[in-house]
Amino acid sequence: MEMLMNTLKSLMGWVDARFPATKLWEEHLSKYYAPKNFNFWYFFGSLALLVLVIQVVTGIFLTMHYKPDAALAFASVEYIMRDVNWGWLIRYMHSTGASAFFIVVYLHMFRGLMYGSFKKPRELIWLFGMFIFLALMAEAFMGYLLPWGQMSYWGAQVIVNLFGAIPFVGDELSIWIRGDYVISDATLNRFFAFHVAAVPMVIIGLVVAHIIALHEVGSNNPDGVEIKKNKGADGIPLDGIPFHPYYSVKDIVGVIVFMMFFAAIMFFGPEMGGYFLEHANFIPADPLKTPEHIAPVWYFTPFYTMLRAVPDPFLGVVAMGGGVVILAFLPWIDNNPIKSIRYRSMLHKINLFFFVAVFFYIGYLGVKAPEPVLSELGLRFSEVYFVFFYVLWFHSKTRDAKFSYMSLIGWLGLFSLNDFARYVEGSGELMMIGWLIPAIYLAVMFLAPLYTNLNAEKAVPERVTG
Amino acid sequence: MKKTILAILMVLPTLAMASGGAHLDKVDYDLHNKESLQSGARLFVNYCLSCHSAAYQRYNRMAEDIGLTESQVTSNLMFASEKVGETMTVAMTTDDAKIYFGTKVPDLSVVARARGADWLYTYLRTFHTDSSRPFGVNNTAFKDVGMPHVLWELEGMKKLVNADEMQKHPGTAPKFEVVSKGKMSAAEYDNAMRDLTAFMVYMGEPAKLVRYELGVYVLIFLFLLFLVAYPMKKEFWKDIH
Repeated sequence: MEMLMNTLKSLMGWVDARFPATKLWEEHLSKYYAPKNFNFWYFFGSLALLVLVIQVVTGIFLTMHYKPDAALAFASVEYIMRDVNWGWLIRYMHSTGASAFFIVVYLHMFRGLMYGSFKKPRELIWLFGMFIFLALMAEAFMGYLLPWGQMSYWGAQVIVNLFGAIPFVGDELSIWIRGDYVISDATLNRFFAFHVAAVPMVIIGLVVAHIIALHEVGSNNPDGVEIKKNKGADGIPLDGIPFHPYYSVKDIVGVIVFMMFFAAIMFFGPEMGGYFLEHANFIPADPLKTPEHIAPVWYFTPFYTMLRAVPDPFLGVVAMGGGVVILAFLPWIDNNPIKSIRYRSMLHKINLFFFVAVFFYIGYLGVKAPEPVLSELGLRFSEVYFVFFYVLWFHSKTRDAKFSYMSLIGWLGLFSLNDFARYVEGSGELMMIGWLIPAIYLAVMFLAPLYTNLNAEKAVPERVTG
Repeated sequence: MKKTILAILMVLPTLAMASGGAHLDKVDYDLHNKESLQSGARLFVNYCLSCHSAAYQRYNRMAEDIGLTESQVTSNLMFASEKVGETMTVAMTTDDAKIYFGTKVPDLSVVARARGADWLYTYLRTFHTDSSRPFGVNNTAFKDVGMPHVLWELEGMKKLVNADEMQKHPGTAPKFEVVSKGKMSAAEYDNAMRDLTAFMVYMGEPAKLVRYELGVYVLIFLFLLFLVAYPMKKEFWKDIH
């Protein structure tokens, strides 16, 4: 036994002299000191990594049987579902994994928002994360074309046409993306290439960068306290514990619970009522027959609502893109020195949870047909979505009465101006009622600090709690 | 724990979906009832499979899944193909179909997944006379459908009596009056259509026959794993908290 251990030790020494295996292990796992007070929300980083692995592995098996050819694609997916051993399971893992990826990533981002994890010195972690989010959206969008069903086809048609709205180069650009005048075999082939090779490589590279940046500055925590400020004599943060074994054993529990939810969906309802796999996507793509109602998959619907809220196609695209990109600027928008929501004001808590509710609601509106009332609500809540970021900046410090009122009048003036521009006979009543949504929201957010103590913040403790 | 529940609740609202449109009858079928599936298969190959294909469904796979031997299938249910390992294709070409019906005839392999079981069940039972249509029939679930009522010899013919009311209040259930009797009574026909629907649901996703059971085992396995992992975590974290 002792001899075996000695042999292993000398083997490890041989490797370490040539490759920093032990060094990497220690830096990133056994001697990476993470705050000891991680809560529920801290599961989603490792779960995102797990889903990435699931997608890569199942994806590799799917490419063994899938045919990226407009004449064969739909049938090859059904071939996987029927004739390939366990093909249905691999396919459902991949399709459930796609939605799970977004659920996990949205929760992971919300965690960052709650505890101010994007704030100095973690701006780059957040930026790498935003790039991952963008790449993930591209990956999901292009992957969705591959089954070559009606929603695959027409969803891609709608989204690629958006590029056509860009002035001057739009038409050429959308043809260049498609490789054809409409979505066709050429598009399918290139989307396949991007989906299975190019974008996954980018995502994996960005994930590595995300983690390296994280381990350079260290993890934030639910108290938003820098644990590196309180080190023991040995140089180890007093509130830090080695990631391995503490968080590896904890994350295993998280993984198992997550897998239970994942398996429940995959085995008992992989279509998730038409949200994870849309019903119309079981009809083969037909370039001559537009479906009655084209709805993107659920994870894109909040941004789809923003697109539809603006009548001008180009400005709609700007709004949709802006809705994603604005998140990247959070480290420079929210300048409040308090990181964690625990010690921020009640008003900030209300603001943040209202933002989450709005995000869900515009997501819901994105799957609905654009009836007048719903369109109006889509516009109003999209306005709230964007102005939320101003409010976040506004709440970064104490503002005087003049600036508060100026902010209120400025934003409502801007929204009213837009209402005048889009006014048509008979739309007035709906417009006025809708106007109240951003008006009440902004009035509360800008004026409450002046007249109530809702904006009172708490003292941040020296050390982490719990 | 409170936060966990909160997190789940936050995901839920996106899953609630309001539905509208035409009235659909609910179908109560059982995929584990082999006789029902066999009866559905018989109806399918006799009445549907002359124009509609099911190009992803293999005869021998069907035999295995619905409890028949290959020779039973070859001699009783296979009219259009030579070998039992083939899929359910038809001889009619798309061009022919366009001449006969004015449109191409859709493949039915996954139609149950696109339309839903309730829709199929309703559609199969709501053909009614309409002299303005080329085949003399229309359908309340699929207005102005290009398909004749191929099951008329079983169901007979009926006419729609509340067309005005249905137009005024979308979602009203159609009411019919028998014009000529078929071989089956109304209840027998409903049962037959339930079997046909069940078969098409099976055909849409053969894995449905196994995935529920497998899912239970996987969940039990994960639960057992949890029973090991959670105490392990507790043990490691004893000295932290």
